[in-house]
Order: sequence, then structure tokens, then C-alpha cells
Amino acid sequence: MDVAIVDTGCANLASVKFAFDRLGALSVITRDADTIYAAPRVILPGVGSAGYAMDRLRERELIPVIQNLVQPVMGICLGMQLIFDCSEEGDVDGLAMVDGKIEALETGDLPCPHMGWNTLTDLKDDPLLNGVEENAYAYFVHSFAAPVSAKTLACSTYGTKFSAIVRQGNVYGCQFHPERSGETGAQIFRNFLKVAA
Amino acid sequence: MLARRIIPCLDVRDGRVVKGVQFRNHEDVGDILDLALRYRDEGADELVFYDITASVDDRTVSPKWVERVSAMLDIPFCVAGGIKTVDAARARLECGADKISVNSPALERPELINELHDAFGKQCIVVGVDSFEDQGTYRVKSHTGDANKTKETGRETLAWIEEAQSRGAGEIVLNCMNQDGVRRGYDIAQLTAVRAICRVPLIASGGAGAVEHFEDVFKRANVDGALAASVFHKNIIPIPALKQVLKANGIEIRI
Repeated sequence: MDVAIVDTGCANLASVKFAFDRLGALSVITRDADTIYAAPRVILPGVGSAGYAMDRLRERELIPVIQNLVQPVMGICLGMQLIFDCSEEGDVDGLAMVDGKIEALETGDLPCPHMGWNTLTDLKDDPLLNGVEENAYAYFVHSFAAPVSAKTLACSTYGTKFSAIVRQGNVYGCQFHPERSGETGAQIFRNFLKVAA
Repeated sequence: MLARRIIPCLDVRDGRVVKGVQFRNHEDVGDILDLALRYRDEGADELVFYDITASVDDRTVSPKWVERVSAMLDIPFCVAGGIKTVDAARARLECGADKISVNSPALERPELINELHDAFGKQCIVVGVDSFEDQGTYRVKSHTGDANKTKETGRETLAWIEEAQSRGAGEIVLNCMNQDGVRRGYDIAQLTAVRAICRVPLIASGGAGAVEHFEDVFKRANVDGALAASVFHKNIIPIPALKQVLKANGIEIRI
């Protein structure tokens, strides 16, 4: 097995698994603590609301399991928001694996949610971004986001500039959906399969 | 910058992609997977699959083809047609659909939008609206998949879109029926009126026949995406050429 996809009880698990299938990587969707601990890499997917997803993780007794992982971990979309200390969405405590707080995205007069293909900018030099160009497009769907911080690897802008990708040690987060972001998303997943533990 | 989306719509009937003129006389235009792959390769930003027989025949979308599409596609797609319950929506989302779109069932029971919003979040809840102009007023029709079963709902389009948003819709697809399939351009006046009250992403549908129509609808009606079917299926407008022209004319487009 190359990747464990944590069964967060959210709906987009299959599309994440299919993306790894397309790359020839072996992934399993699981809520089993031993399987997650033993996996070389772990994906925390999620769509929907932060409170709902945290409740599912709590029910499944997965919160300490995920917090204690030392291998590369990547949160995707809502999964990225869960790895932070807390979220303004429903005032929910997160997994506290990355410092900071998720805030409502200030979109001004623009339609909300932020939905569609937007550019990745201000790319930092990091193995996760090997082969990804400045201004590459990625597919976003969200209304909350992480502010830009020292943990930010790439930004995107919709009304406000926010963190599109973050990293703190072994923990990565993508606000967009790599599984639906064409070649850019595939490249980021390929890189994730290679990053050192 | 957020790119404006080009969205081919694949009307699906009995597992095949079909297209009718003003919602009638459907002709077979190809296999779902073949067309989905072709559009992905050509640069489509998103795909919409409408099972146009679903509402009228009381069938639901087969999750099996949804799964096959999801396994293959690395761009987002939306599934529409006959989704009347949270469970039906969940089945499609779990197979890998990124969004589900509701139309006639939401008109029959508007609480469906709230239920879908509460279960999955607004980001994957699209409300499709089939609207026609009647003496200067925009009105909503339902069950448009079959000309013999199409009904006037008595609802006005702007009021319905306000209600859909307040119930939790995350995106609106406005299909302007007077324009559908006749390729004379999007209904800029109607889309502009809806844009003014639409706080979620708005997708234009109905009337695309030439490259200028896409430029017009983005520049004049400020929609987030433009949906079309026949001009793409019949290759009247190749997507790569369309996107090049739009980008050259100053519209933010993903190439």
C-alpha cells in the first residue's frame, strides 16, 4: 500500500482514490487506526462542514491517530482546514497539526463559494511543488480558507490572497482538489508519493 | 485570477449522449465516456451530465456510469437528473461526482435544497433553472426533459433563484429556454437580471452558436461559466480555439 485515505465520512473519497489509481499507486480507504499508522503516506480528504467532519473523526476515534502520524500527511480541501488549530466555520477545534486558524474567505462583491480554476502563485521551493509552474491552474471549491503565513507554500487570490498549499513538517494541506486539477493536481500527488517521510 | 469556465453539457438518455432542439427531437451524438474524454483532452473546465429522462420517467441516474466517469476524469463534473432525495444525491457523490444538480424535484419540494445543503454543504449543490420569457417576465418551467410532460410552475425566475440561494444552493445554472438549441447567442438580458441577484456562481446555458456569444456572455452578463452542448458535440466550435480567442480578448481563461 502506498497511501491510506482516511474515511472521514465525507463524500469525495472515491475521486481521491481514483486519482491515485490513475497514477498507478495503491491506496485504501480506511477508518482502521492500525492501517492508518502503518501506511507510508496518509491523505485526509473532506468536503462539507468542519464540524460534521470533526464529529465523524471523533466518533471513529481517529483524532489522536491522525495527530500522532509521523509519515507524510496531506489534508485536501476541508481536510486541509481540519489540520489547523481551529476553524471559524461553526467555531470548531481542528486537529492542531498546523498553526493557525481557518477564516471565512473575504470575497467582497465576488460570488461565494470560490468555485472553479484559479492560479497558484508565490510558489515556494519545496519538493511538493517540483514541476509545478507559477500560475498553474488548480480547481477550488470553498468558502473558508487559511490566511497566508510562514507555513504557506503557494497562494491563490479570490477577493483576498489565501493559502492554497501549506506545509508544517510532515503535514501538508491543499485547499484545492488535486484529484480534479488535471495535470497540475496529478503532479502534486506524484510529488507527495515521493516526499521523504 | 479565477478563470471563467467553459462547460460542455452532455444530455444523457439511456446511457448515450443526446441533443434536442428546444428540448425536443433528441438525436444520438455519442458515447458518454468517449465524449467525456474528448472534452477533457480539449480543455473543458468542467462537465455536466444531465439525465434528461430521469425526472419525467421517475428513474434515477445509474451510479455505475458516474463511477466510470469519475475514475477517468481529472476535471470536475456535475450529475443532474431525477435526484429527489439526500440518499440519491449521496449515491452519486460517493461514486465520485463533484456536484449534484437539482431542478424539477426542487420545484416540487423546495426543502430538498435545504436537506442537500445540510447533508453535503453548499459547495456541491447546484440548482438548475429552466426559464422562459413570457411578455417581459421570466418564468420557470419544470420537467423539460420531455416536451409532453413539461409544466409551467407559476414561479417567477428571479424569485425562485432568490429562494434557492436562501435554501442553500451553491451554484445556479440558468437555462434560457427561448434560446436553447437555436444558437443565436445567450440571453444576455435575462442573465444580467439574474446576475444582479445571484450571490453564488452563475452558469449561463442555452443559445451558444458562435465564439462571440461566449465573449458576450462573460463580458456583458458577468457569468462565472458558460455551458453549451450541440456546438461542442458537433464540433462547430472547437474548445481549444474558443479558449484561445477568449483569452486573446482579455477574458481570464485556463489554457
